[in-house]
Amino acid sequence: MRGIFSKTEIGLLLALVVFLLSQFALPDWAIFIGTISLARGLVVLGLMILWRTGLISFGQALFFGTGGYTVGLLRINTGLSDIILLTVLAILSSGLLAYLLGLLISRYREIFFAMLCLAFSMMLYGLLVNNEKLGGTDGFNVFGLTIFGIPVQGETLQSVNFVWICVLACVLGIGVNRYLSSTMGNLSAAIRDNEIRVEYLGVSVKRTINVKFVIAGALAGAGGAVTTMAVGHVDPDAMVYWLVSGEFVFVTILAGTGNVAAPFLGSILFELLRTYAFQYLPLVWQLTMGGVLLITILFLPNGLWSLVQRTATKE
Amino acid sequence: MALLNTHELSKSFGSVVAADRITVSIEEKEVIGVIGANGAGKTTFVNMVTGYLKPTSGRIFFQGQDITPLSPREITHLGICRSFQVPQVFMSLSAFDNLMIALGVVQKGVIPLLRPLRRKELIDAAGSILDRYGIAEYRDRETGLLPQGVRKLLDIAMAMVHNPKLVLLDEPTSGVSVSEKYGIMDVVMNALKDLGITVMFIEHDMDIVERYSRRILAFYDGSIVADGTPDKVLENEKVREFVIGEEIHRKGRKKAGAKNA
Repeated sequence: MRGIFSKTEIGLLLALVVFLLSQFALPDWAIFIGTISLARGLVVLGLMILWRTGLISFGQALFFGTGGYTVGLLRINTGLSDIILLTVLAILSSGLLAYLLGLLISRYREIFFAMLCLAFSMMLYGLLVNNEKLGGTDGFNVFGLTIFGIPVQGETLQSVNFVWICVLACVLGIGVNRYLSSTMGNLSAAIRDNEIRVEYLGVSVKRTINVKFVIAGALAGAGGAVTTMAVGHVDPDAMVYWLVSGEFVFVTILAGTGNVAAPFLGSILFELLRTYAFQYLPLVWQLTMGGVLLITILFLPNGLWSLVQRTATKE
Repeated sequence: MALLNTHELSKSFGSVVAADRITVSIEEKEVIGVIGANGAGKTTFVNMVTGYLKPTSGRIFFQGQDITPLSPREITHLGICRSFQVPQVFMSLSAFDNLMIALGVVQKGVIPLLRPLRRKELIDAAGSILDRYGIAEYRDRETGLLPQGVRKLLDIAMAMVHNPKLVLLDEPTSGVSVSEKYGIMDVVMNALKDLGITVMFIEHDMDIVERYSRRILAFYDGSIVADGTPDKVLENEKVREFVIGEEIHRKGRKKAGAKNA
């Protein structure tokens, strides 16, 4: 096992087993939160790749929404209903959009990169809210999904979505882990530190950033696809609005970028925190979330994962 | 055919002429020292040859190919590499990781997306380069915390992983203590001598230029005012006049040394 998989990858596989078994013990609401958390964790996984390169996107909801709307539009306008096929097509459409936008965005750095991402996401938001055929601000429902030709709905759909996102998160987590260990993945830190040297090593910085942008976009598309299928609905405010992008950045800071497991851990904690803050502190839930972010930045500048790293180092 | 030819190469920044119609030919396996006061156009020349700056006019030919419009990346692939006056290394990474990345991207073809960087052949190669440049003891230390001399050597070592045909070293001993200068030059020249690489290095220390170069290009005010063997160039009236006090000081010190003896 150790020969084929790294320590992190074995951890992800074990987590997959635990998550799959947990659905027999967890209540429905927890399974739903788990599905949404892991789906959003995929978006944060992509942000982590950009973050390691010294880039931050304030508009990752653009690709999250693209994934969601790809699923919705394909479901409504074509006969496609298979959960896996729809997810794959959402990944492809988000990746393609990221590639096209990346040709421009990869020329920019720092705040310009971040704001261009935001600008494009708000352009899509503007298009969606003004398009009545796509439901405008209300969006539209997505139903009639199948898995391997078998129709699924209600609790079955929820279970299938949960299993699917667990498998997807594990597989894509392992893929990203291998990518980060590769030459291309290691170029993240190199580009963040010194673009001049990277160019003089014969590597195109722009092209490399575009590859990272495409991977991040495709991961966000996967997250958007699963979220749409789990919720059964897609609309601009929940999928594309800048606040959604802001939440992804929030989770990235909360989680840290030290390991591919961090985005999923951070995302689960974020969703639980939000759920409980809503329930027990309905009037000050935003204040609570802001306080947590402040404490994280002050005491854990490298995110929650640094706690795990510290514990591992002590052992 | 000459390895590198420049023809009437000029570069202006507004009204300032940093390089003025530089025409020079460099043969294979030469070791050339480039001298000149600050602002004489040495680094501008190196920056143009390596694609960092585009000339205002003139052409650059490498092995007969016009490389004037090419990017630094394309020029690197053709076989011209460089180090920098301020070492351009990856400061947050260890010396070893710097070399691993340099070795990883040198592989031919598309940079692998999933193949691990830490492969035995690359790890061995990085270790052997660290040994060759005498910086193995700094292997796992963060580069930003390393002494300037070590960073300079790492910068040069990273430039060399492409096995270039021509390497341009921009002040390889600047910012380094006097005692370290010869050590660095010995290490670099020993590493390069068996590879048959053409070397051009910018240097302000005339003793180092005289000791290590077989040919000197002397720059003044954007032009080459002397080109030849060290003896001839360092005795040249223009060089003595324009490469200012350093030359006079050198002679003065030699005379003082003779007197003391």
